[in-house]
Amino acid sequence: MSAPSHFRFVSADRRVREDRRFVAGKGRFVADVDIANTKHVALVTCPHPAAWIKNIDKKAALAMPGVHYVLDGHELAEATSPLVTGLDTPNVPRRPLAVDVARFSGEWVAAVVADTRALAEDAAEAIDITYHPLPFVLDAEKALEKDSPLVHAEHGSNVLLDKTFVWGEVEKDFNDSPRKLSLRVKWGRSSTVPIETFGVVASWDPWREMLDVWASIQMPRYPEQIAGALKIPASSVRLHHDVDVGGSYGIKRGIKHAVLTGYLTRRLGFPVRLIEDRLENMRGGDAHGPERLFDVEVAFDNSGIVRSMKMRALENVGAYAGRSPFQLGKPIGSIVGPYKIKSVEYRAIAVLTNKTTQEAVRGFGQGPTNLALERMMDEVANTLKLDPLEVRRRNLIRHDEFPYTIPSGTEYDSGNYEAVITKVFAGHGYDDLKKERDRLRKDGMLAGIGIAACLEPSGGNATFEALINPKVTTSTFMDSCRISVDGTGAITATMHTTSSGQGHETLVATVIGEVLQIDPDTIRVTRPDSLSSLPSGTPVGSRMAIMLGGAAFHAANKLKDKLIKIAAHDLGIPAERAVYKDGAVFDKDAPDNRRTWKELATIADRNIHRMPPGLEPGLAVSHIMPVPTGGTLPTPDGRAQMYPCFSFEFHLMLVKIDPDLGVPEIVRYRLGHDCGTQINPKIVRGMTLGGIAHGIGAALYEEFAYNDEGQLIAQTFMDYLLPSSHEVPPVEIVDHETPSPHTVFGQKGSGESGYLGAPAAIANAVNDALRPLGISVNTLPLKASRLGDMIAAARDKD
Amino acid sequence: MKAAPFEYSRPSDIDEACALLAADENARIIAGGQTLVPMMAMRLSRPTRLIDINRIDALSYIREEGDGIAIGATTRQYTVEHDRLIATRLPLLAKAMPWIGHVATRARGTVGGSLANADPAAELALIAITLDATLTYRVVGQSISVPASEFFVGPMTTALPPGACLTAVRFPLRRRSGKIGTGFHEVNARRSDFAFVSAAVQLSLGVDNTCRRLAIGIGALGDFPIRLTKAEQKLTGTRLEPKAVEASLRAALAKVDALSDLHASADYRRRVAVKLAARAIADAVKEARVASHAH
Amino acid sequence: MRIELTVNGEKRAVDVEPRTTLLDCLRDNLGLTGAHAGCEHGVCGACTVLLDGTAVRSCLMFAVQADGIPITTIEGLAPGPGELSPLQDAFCETHGMQCGYCTPAMILTAHALLADNPEPTREQIVEAISGNLCRCTGYAQIVEAISLAAERMRGANRPAGQS
Repeated sequence: MSAPSHFRFVSADRRVREDRRFVAGKGRFVADVDIANTKHVALVTCPHPAAWIKNIDKKAALAMPGVHYVLDGHELAEATSPLVTGLDTPNVPRRPLAVDVARFSGEWVAAVVADTRALAEDAAEAIDITYHPLPFVLDAEKALEKDSPLVHAEHGSNVLLDKTFVWGEVEKDFNDSPRKLSLRVKWGRSSTVPIETFGVVASWDPWREMLDVWASIQMPRYPEQIAGALKIPASSVRLHHDVDVGGSYGIKRGIKHAVLTGYLTRRLGFPVRLIEDRLENMRGGDAHGPERLFDVEVAFDNSGIVRSMKMRALENVGAYAGRSPFQLGKPIGSIVGPYKIKSVEYRAIAVLTNKTTQEAVRGFGQGPTNLALERMMDEVANTLKLDPLEVRRRNLIRHDEFPYTIPSGTEYDSGNYEAVITKVFAGHGYDDLKKERDRLRKDGMLAGIGIAACLEPSGGNATFEALINPKVTTSTFMDSCRISVDGTGAITATMHTTSSGQGHETLVATVIGEVLQIDPDTIRVTRPDSLSSLPSGTPVGSRMAIMLGGAAFHAANKLKDKLIKIAAHDLGIPAERAVYKDGAVFDKDAPDNRRTWKELATIADRNIHRMPPGLEPGLAVSHIMPVPTGGTLPTPDGRAQMYPCFSFEFHLMLVKIDPDLGVPEIVRYRLGHDCGTQINPKIVRGMTLGGIAHGIGAALYEEFAYNDEGQLIAQTFMDYLLPSSHEVPPVEIVDHETPSPHTVFGQKGSGESGYLGAPAAIANAVNDALRPLGISVNTLPLKASRLGDMIAAARDKD
Repeated sequence: MKAAPFEYSRPSDIDEACALLAADENARIIAGGQTLVPMMAMRLSRPTRLIDINRIDALSYIREEGDGIAIGATTRQYTVEHDRLIATRLPLLAKAMPWIGHVATRARGTVGGSLANADPAAELALIAITLDATLTYRVVGQSISVPASEFFVGPMTTALPPGACLTAVRFPLRRRSGKIGTGFHEVNARRSDFAFVSAAVQLSLGVDNTCRRLAIGIGALGDFPIRLTKAEQKLTGTRLEPKAVEASLRAALAKVDALSDLHASADYRRRVAVKLAARAIADAVKEARVASHAH
Repeated sequence: MRIELTVNGEKRAVDVEPRTTLLDCLRDNLGLTGAHAGCEHGVCGACTVLLDGTAVRSCLMFAVQADGIPITTIEGLAPGPGELSPLQDAFCETHGMQCGYCTPAMILTAHALLADNPEPTREQIVEAISGNLCRCTGYAQIVEAISLAAERMRGANRPAGQS
């Protein structure tokens, strides 16, 4: 449990208000949006990894009952602009439907509109497409070779991005270091795979010139990107934020879905909806995540102090630039993790292949980078025959060294890593865990301890965009809150984005309740549509506790100030004497002389004659907040203040592997977690445990595997294996709070917690277990069959 | 992911079902539907007519029949899992039941549906093979029985002739055959997934703890579950010493063709089959010895 | 085909194609949108409803097959408008969800478990919900919710005077 808090509602163990509607089955998800006369879209997808589309014969499909339209890529491309990718690569256009060439198996080639989804699927089967298969490439390293097939011939190469950053005196530090090692680590292609697929309903009203959009979306600037592609004013796109999103964790970026349905509803004059089925989602929904190969070299001394690192990250982005290339950029903001590595060379390469396009995944590339960093720390320890915990401790940034600026230019706000680690071992010492491991080994098991220490950069500023593409000049991401109090005293606050389970309505109410000293349960929180909204950068980059919480805090304080002014004027006292308490204002020198909340609301709403002269009537305030520490662009030498806040997590686990079967099992799992002040501990705990489960999936089970023919073979939930309740062990979380100096309550982000370090800790535990056999494994996922085969081969050698 | 259109019939007796089946070569029986419906949703299976046998009451039962226990084809897997007669008389079957899918799929999934589907990794097929079950089907007004060893002929393929509907499976009981023990082991990625490989063992020990009868079944290795008859013969009459057991199993499995796929290599399956069968034998021996103590 | 479904104690006549799944029928024909499509191939469990009291996947059944069999959906669990069952309340107490997409199915699965076994162990709870995938929570707060509900329901059913 955390220490007693000086807050009233913040950090209190309070319920999450959104939960009530969900337990009753009254969430409103996109598939529940019921607009009269809506028609359904199904997609025709390319069966080849690369192919010319020679002919699309729609006749039979169009003749079927209930079928309204068949759209192909040519028609759509003529009427719309390519999707925004953020990169400066004009010859790699990304469009909702393939034009002439399809570049991955599952890519959308045509869309059918029919009365029901079943009829649309019937018609999709009847569309006769003539393909001419083309050479294809699946492997990132092969795609870099000179004679590789080109995914986009006009681009002239498969390289989308190849950028090297050097921060500090890397070569000198390498030369001066007595020890070096290199390591290759691979993160397998996996993603967040929410249980709800992506869906969108679009409805065009030609008389109002308004495109209404309901979508299971988690994405900044969605309406403006839809408008841009459809070539209509952004004020003609109205995104409804009151749609519950059935999980996202970064991935729900259905821009191509929205442009497709937006075009169709404008073309056809009735609402259309596209709710991906699971196959469409897995194959062509552009919902894959990182597939990254790391080559890491480090220079260190004999005591295990790591002085310098060279990291080459090769990302297999798939056939088009989604958010993937940028996911090589965000890790720059904590490229050295929690360690004092003096200099770094980082080469980020994004290469096109004939695989499904990627979008953003929880952590935005940080999880894979942490795997490489933490495997490296273990290997340093192993090389020196030192304890991996001890090596980490020697390299950790000390509490008294904050704020701490890392070589890539980002200043870490605060932290007390040693305190968190000490807490994790309080009660169960490290020696006890080692004894347990050794007992398991004695019983014939393979057993290993896994450690990972890593950071969760939070606050979401997207500075990585400008680092990767200098033409991008974004230097902040805003978030906002508006609070209004009506003449009866009822409080309504607004937020301006969708949520996918993060409890933002609870966050807003809690923060405002805290500031106004009023029960949060009495505060209504609503979500205006995008045209009635204030700016929001949306829930990306673990930012909402910091940004929406911050905006709500400042708005509530503006309201409080106004109430004090009104009360002071009405009480006839100077404002300095007016004291705000529990919603009322009284005279500090005569406490009975007071105005209640309701009286003040009435004055502001109806009695302008009692208002201070010049003060705006009504109680409506808003606050638009920029990201703390933001506001600057990267320096020409590639240094940037990436995110404002840095949460810390320390994973400790014991894994056993039955050597005959190769099946890894997590026996103990403890997590030390410091995300500063927790606004709602239930939410923080849930997200952290969920992140760990997701990390277990990435480490052990989940992979978008392809066969040699370029077909995705893990395209259903029978083959893409999400952890069930059996695969997630009990996890004990030890909380610690090091407040951030940059946020209103000292809060930091936690939306990516757990996920960022679990795979690294698991990989380290498995390697510790395998070490007695003299083998090591650095490729995720660590599937049982592969481990079993490796163990058997190693034992046969003996 | 919506099924292609089809006609639906819900016959009230088995002969009506068979007649409907005989009338349309693209018709299919639906029992629990836990495998068929997803195949239809992905349009990998597109029957023109579904014949729903779920309401034929005569097909749902668990009862003693002579020297065996018969289970009707539409008996839910969940019912078998929780049945006392099964628990006491067919402990091997009882052990395997929780490994089939999840609670919710066992609630709908039927015994006959799983057997007729003949998935190489199906636990019920493995137990039928291991226990020398007999399967009975109805075709043109006749009931015909075949041993499990002849029923499964390939992956997802059975000896059921066109127009036939599986009606029951009968597991023989071994009376007066000494102290019985059983063992079941399975490995998969997640607990409820299809097995990478599975092993089922039933044995009986004599008073001197030598093995009098031994049945070893292996599932998910190849086209359908198999018996390791050579190992069974070699080990019968021995005291099932672990080293001898493993050597016999290894020899029996060395040349067996094994499936290799996304989830497990052929080598993995063969190697782990040896280990799982050895563990199942060890469990069965232990159980048989405890059983003798109980007397 | 014309069929009659008995949903949450109410008889509802609907006209459906044989190929309409029970899930689609509940959602599209009856407006009961608490059951969700997750995978439509029987793995994720988001479509779980109770068929004669037993948790089943409504995407793996055609509506015509459910003709006449009592069905309970999440909409049938709340005792009244705005009121929660003890189990639903326990999910709120432990925050046994995040996005809420798998939640109705998870609660129905737990409801069926507790009807069978009022005092489940942790292992039994884990086994019971293992067919319902949740991507948000890592399951811990769900297991806690079910355990808490079981405890509260046992307490509520205890004869007066016993503690």
